[in-house]
Amino acid sequence: MGADGKAGAVVAFAGHCRDEDGRLSALEIEHYPGMAEREIEAVCQQAAERWELMRVRAVHRFGMIAPGEEIVFVACASRHRQAAFDGASFIMDFMKTRAPFWKREHLEDGTTGSWVSARDTDEAAADRWHRL
Amino acid sequence: MKLVYFAWIRERIGMNEEEVVLPAGIVTVADLLHWLKGRGPGYDAALQAPEIVRVALDQEHCDHSDPIGHAREIAIFPPMTGG
Repeated sequence: MGADGKAGAVVAFAGHCRDEDGRLSALEIEHYPGMAEREIEAVCQQAAERWELMRVRAVHRFGMIAPGEEIVFVACASRHRQAAFDGASFIMDFMKTRAPFWKREHLEDGTTGSWVSARDTDEAAADRWHRL
Repeated sequence: MKLVYFAWIRERIGMNEEEVVLPAGIVTVADLLHWLKGRGPGYDAALQAPEIVRVALDQEHCDHSDPIGHAREIAIFPPMTGG
């Protein structure tokens, strides 16, 4: 992403599926087709403008995901490193709270577990960007 | 208009989507949720705590106080848990 000689920094983040100490066989991710893509595009656009990012990529998977596999990937390229770090962090915080995806656990014993609950700490992480 | 449901809201209501004709007097998103809750046990279970439910009008997030206006597709879902 930074191979054109203009960007001095590329930050990439990958979020992986945990096995939760052997409890999970998979995560199932449901999404709202159409709105999910629009929300991801909107948050990438906001980050690109706010930090003058040169390039932004964001990918979010859906369907069945096994422990160890990637769920989400974000990469930002910028002139200096702090913008790329902040941009990637901002995109992750807003993807978690605004992009319409829902996780459900599938358990190692073959049963379908519960839907993952939203965490207040994720909302707080997104809110902090309004105060900076 | 089309209503679409996701995650445990979809499961409790028992369908992915439906076409509905709203009765007169339903102006805001909150009015819609209140009306839906009274449509049967599944709806009641899905909307036990309507204040935590998220709603999108034509794929844009909205507040419960927003008017429904001329939205063609209204999505109702739990707080997002992606990422």
